[in-house]
Amino acid sequence: MLFLVQDGITNGAIYALLGLALVLVFAVTRVILIPQGEFVTYGALTYASLSSGQMPGTARLAVAMGIVAFGLDLFAARKSLHLKLVGRAFAVNIVLPTAILALTAWLAGRHPPIAVCIALSLLIVASIGLFLYRIAFQPLAHTSVLVLLIASVGCHLALQGFGLVFFGAEGQRGPTIADTAFTLGPLRFTGQSIAVYGITVAFIIGLWLFFGLTLYGKALRATAVNRLGARLVGIRTTLSGQIAFLLASVIGAISGILIVPITTLYYDTGFLIGLKGFIAAIIGGLVSYPLTAVAALVVGTVEAFSSFYASNFKEVIVFTLILPVLVLRSLAAPAVEEEKD
Amino acid sequence: MSALLSVSDAHIAYGKVEAVRSVSLEVGDNEIVTIIGANGAGKTTLLNAIMGILQLKGRVVFAGEDIVRLEIEDRVAAGLSLVPEHRELFATMSVEDNLQLGAFRIARAVAARSFERVYALFPRLKERRRQLAGTLSGGEQQMLAMGRALMGAPKLLMLDEPSLGLAPIIVADIFRTIGELRAAGVSVLLVEQNAQAALQIADRAYVMELGEFILDGSAKDIAANARVAASYLGFTHEGESAV
Repeated sequence: MLFLVQDGITNGAIYALLGLALVLVFAVTRVILIPQGEFVTYGALTYASLSSGQMPGTARLAVAMGIVAFGLDLFAARKSLHLKLVGRAFAVNIVLPTAILALTAWLAGRHPPIAVCIALSLLIVASIGLFLYRIAFQPLAHTSVLVLLIASVGCHLALQGFGLVFFGAEGQRGPTIADTAFTLGPLRFTGQSIAVYGITVAFIIGLWLFFGLTLYGKALRATAVNRLGARLVGIRTTLSGQIAFLLASVIGAISGILIVPITTLYYDTGFLIGLKGFIAAIIGGLVSYPLTAVAALVVGTVEAFSSFYASNFKEVIVFTLILPVLVLRSLAAPAVEEEKD
Repeated sequence: MSALLSVSDAHIAYGKVEAVRSVSLEVGDNEIVTIIGANGAGKTTLLNAIMGILQLKGRVVFAGEDIVRLEIEDRVAAGLSLVPEHRELFATMSVEDNLQLGAFRIARAVAARSFERVYALFPRLKERRRQLAGTLSGGEQQMLAMGRALMGAPKLLMLDEPSLGLAPIIVADIFRTIGELRAAGVSVLLVEQNAQAALQIADRAYVMELGEFILDGSAKDIAANARVAASYLGFTHEGESAV
């Protein structure tokens, strides 16, 4: 019994990270981030490819997206082009992903140490996340939640298709971060599960400090609380959106890197994992961080028990969790009018 | 000599309905200018359009630069600041965080001085600096909204109905503070239904009716105008607490 709970908490920790990222992105940009699962897949498979000496296609995707983003930046600023603006856009959109691509190509055949593979995977996925916001969501920032959701589904489908092209239909596994293992009473802890707990806790504390103490963290919260108020003090909605997507893609990639040594990941696995984080986020009402984290642990535990006792119905049972929550929420909360900008 | 803010021939429409027609206005350096008028005359619409929240057809020149195409954030950077009617505070954040974010665009060292200045202007905010903005009283929220706008060291502060829904004693306090801003080198564009209080502190005034300016002049002349006295001052005498 206890090992199921342990298993559930390990999974739940990952869902918690993903759920927190979803809440963050929704609060700041009103985007329901369906492609969060693709960040997981990309992070995991980029890491697995790099550590097996292959060149991940995601590095090239980042460059391609950077070029499109650069074009959009130039077009948006066409009426007031000045050198400083163009230079900055060039550095972020062209130089950065090209440098990452060059570094990846140089390191790919040389079996770099695990830490380098992780750092590089995070860099690649983070730049994809940043450009995804610039290309798909920044031009739509003033539209309704529904339009943003449709765009989000489109991004998910496109990125999943690219995933199939880059990584093929076969699953991959990555090397563990730590090989040690020890037994404590009836439970066996592997280095990997300890890494999952450690990194999850570190991320939650890190986010808490970022939002509580730094000016940019506060600016992000301010945008979530009152978008007009934030603009009136000079906080750009696009800046907040970029930071939110950057954080979400890094969190997604970290989650992928943490689970790819435990389970085989396919190009489309991330979606299902992301969806479980989404359930946690929905239970948290897409607003509450602590409620989301707790709900994620519940989702993980339910999943662990149902895959042990009724593995055929594992997903059904997990996703059915959302029904009573939705009913309760719709009964308890008065209808909320959609916010206008 | 050109004015700090100069709006000429401004038209603002909601869809096909024109809410403001052919309005021109000027605010000079170190000047307090008020726009008075009844509910629905288009005063708030005009302020929101000058800030960039609404689209405006016409020219808006601020500090020598045409800002009509700029985004809200760039207008803030240029030194324009609005305290909106609904205050738009960050309700779930502390007073101090609200003020800190008011100085988002300016350097940390300058922000430290802004804190001192705002706390000197509103000692109440200093007492409550750890409290959440949403738990403040209406008057304190208005002070916080003004304090937040002043943190960014604006050249021109636009105030939309600062007295709305506040007790008379607090209104007096707020208006006294607006008067003090002149000494601090901040120009003020004040939109008010409480015409009497507004005319007492203002240098010049515009009277707005149904989307147009029907009168303008020095605050003294406007206050002495028979029509204004009948339509606005008489009304505010009896219905001061009415919203």
